[in-house]
Amino acid sequence: MKAEEINDPGRRDFIKNAAIATIATAACGSLACSCSSQQAAKTGEKVRLLSPEGEIVEIDSAYLNYQEHMAIVSKLEARQGMAGKKFVMVVDLGRCKNARKCISACQKWHYRPPETEWLTVKLMKDSDKAAPYWFPKQCFHCDNPPCVKVCPVDATYKRQDGLVLIDNERCIGCKFCMAACPYSTRVFNWDEPQQPLDIMNLKSNPETNLPAKVGTVEKCDFCPDRAREGLLPPCVEACPNGVFYFGDEKEDTVSNGDETLSFTQLIKDRAAYRFQEELGTKPRVYYLPPRDRQFPVERGYDNLPENIKARFEGILDEGKKK
Amino acid sequence: MKLTSYQQQAFEKQRSHIEKFGARTWAWEIFFFIWIAAGGYALYLQITKGHGITGMRDNVVWGMYIVNFIFFIGLSYAGAIISGLLTLFKVPWGKPIIRISQMMTIISVIVGPIFILLCVGRFDRLHHLFIYPRIQSPMTWDVLAIMTYLVGSVLFLYISLIRDYAVYRDAKMKIPKWKQKLYNALALGYRGTPGQVKHLAVSQNLLAIILIPLSIIVASILSWIFGMTLRPGWHSTIFGPYFVLGALYSGVGVLIVAMYVYRKVHKLEEYITDMHFKYLGYAMMALAAGYGYFTFSEYFTDWFGSEKWDSELIAKLFDLNQFGWYTFYANAIGVLLPIAIIAIPKFRKPGLITLAAFLVVTAMWVKRYLIIVPTLETTLLPMQDTRTNYTHYSATWVEWILTIAGVASFLFFFTIGSKFVTIVPISGLGEETEKKETEPVAAKEILPA
Repeated sequence: MKAEEINDPGRRDFIKNAAIATIATAACGSLACSCSSQQAAKTGEKVRLLSPEGEIVEIDSAYLNYQEHMAIVSKLEARQGMAGKKFVMVVDLGRCKNARKCISACQKWHYRPPETEWLTVKLMKDSDKAAPYWFPKQCFHCDNPPCVKVCPVDATYKRQDGLVLIDNERCIGCKFCMAACPYSTRVFNWDEPQQPLDIMNLKSNPETNLPAKVGTVEKCDFCPDRAREGLLPPCVEACPNGVFYFGDEKEDTVSNGDETLSFTQLIKDRAAYRFQEELGTKPRVYYLPPRDRQFPVERGYDNLPENIKARFEGILDEGKKK
Repeated sequence: MKLTSYQQQAFEKQRSHIEKFGARTWAWEIFFFIWIAAGGYALYLQITKGHGITGMRDNVVWGMYIVNFIFFIGLSYAGAIISGLLTLFKVPWGKPIIRISQMMTIISVIVGPIFILLCVGRFDRLHHLFIYPRIQSPMTWDVLAIMTYLVGSVLFLYISLIRDYAVYRDAKMKIPKWKQKLYNALALGYRGTPGQVKHLAVSQNLLAIILIPLSIIVASILSWIFGMTLRPGWHSTIFGPYFVLGALYSGVGVLIVAMYVYRKVHKLEEYITDMHFKYLGYAMMALAAGYGYFTFSEYFTDWFGSEKWDSELIAKLFDLNQFGWYTFYANAIGVLLPIAIIAIPKFRKPGLITLAAFLVVTAMWVKRYLIIVPTLETTLLPMQDTRTNYTHYSATWVEWILTIAGVASFLFFFTIGSKFVTIVPISGLGEETEKKETEPVAAKEILPA
């Protein structure tokens, strides 16, 4: 196995380019070496970069490749979080029609297989007579997180910027956090995760949650690696209806990509609530009640594959018979 | 070591079990070992292929392994509490059964934690529990509690064995040299001088005093792994005492079964008498009533209230298409039947009491299953998952084989243990000689007919 890996050209390239990658990462943030199996032909064009030692180095531009997910912070920084920030999410239930673009964007960004959803959309019907509505749910990044309380090894932790992350190199896979989370947010890598080689070769970092590791827990992370670059999480960007607003509570702004609003004003005007406030977990996700709907709830069934449609079978009929 | 004639007699009766490792013992040990080996293979598959080959999934994250963990650890706590009480209060009839109950304590506290390790996704990172411990986590409390408890109970067993080791050392048995040497070392030069007798008695009592509350604490901590989470059926203030009582109840059951087996195989009718079955039967009956009461309080409160989450769980537990039959078995067979058998004098015979005890043990296992699985299948948000193995737990052969391997290793170690020590302790029997003749009177005094 070992020998095969070394003989693999991609792997060899990776080792060869490791030094350049370090320099490139330090210098440009998300610029890094190509780890693909083709040997890049030199272009002769030189690019100047700043090395971690503060020296200017020249590198052939062929070695440069825009690479997402390259861990850009140390583990310590990934533990402490971003100073002066408090991330928050607002979900407008009146706009969701179960388009599921958020899910596919999230799966793609995090290299998750189709059946492992960090972000799910539930069809809620609170009581017989109540109006059903679509309910997208990420991790709530609770301020009083029951999952963090029970972790025996500090693998899952709360940061100063409000995020609850997982260090999947420390997680022992006891699943206590999964039992403790009342929202069933966490998922477990029951089998060896199948991910592209260049992702598997990445250095593990709680901010990217990559590469996934067998026998460990993972969940929605609010994409702090993107937040560091000033980007919105893929679920927010992908939503065609602007359901999700992501932002910083301290800055008092949230944005769904189209409009940027005052967080306090938004939750005040629209009577935002947090899911199951009585549990005392203090979620960082606020929901805007599903009034002034943009779509009838049935629209959520449009173009759904059969296996997804089966999930919501019978829910709309509930109570109608009575 | 000087022995009284009664002690000598008890020793002569049992020495052959230490001297010989008969063909029948070999056959049983090999039989148990085959299952352990099969379990080893299942474990190998689980480690190499990942937990995907078990029935556990994202909703039911713990399954049969944690059920077995609670089951075995419960036996251990029960053994410690029973032997501790018998030692501390110098219960005269308790002497012959203390050893069995202590063996149960040690063996199950070794077998039990293996099962919680089986739930852990990353074996290679277990040391993280010690290098990155977080004291807030009930899991850390449990790690500390079980380790403390293991040390305490091993010491307790060992201290109460020293006098017996001295007997075996001096008995000039036909045993291999290494075994003789082992006894020489383990007896720690005990000769029965007044000073030694006193120190031994003091340490034994001290350990009993420490172990009884310690068992109660660790059984409660075990329950808090569940009680501290926000889940229906788990998040309950009753959970600590509920687990303590459940542990004691199943422990008495296993003790009665073990007594019956050893009485038969080692022909110990003279020492483990019908009275022992009767007395432990009474204890089992009282515990059955207590456990039934706790279960009733739990279900009744949840059922009477209207909270959606709890109601859903209760509906599942009593729906015959879901867990209804399990609930029926756990309560009718596990609580009512043993009370009926022991309450009626005609049925109060060792055979029937043992049968009731055996059923109690199985019912208590089912009850633990009912504590774990239905709760994990009841989520706050609707699951809305089409993958049936995610919505409903069903154990795979890997989990079954490892469960059987766990039981087999419990029996394996018990059998090995009985080849190194006598099942009925020799040294403690002395004080009992005179009382033995008046035994029926003594029994009448305590329990008027």
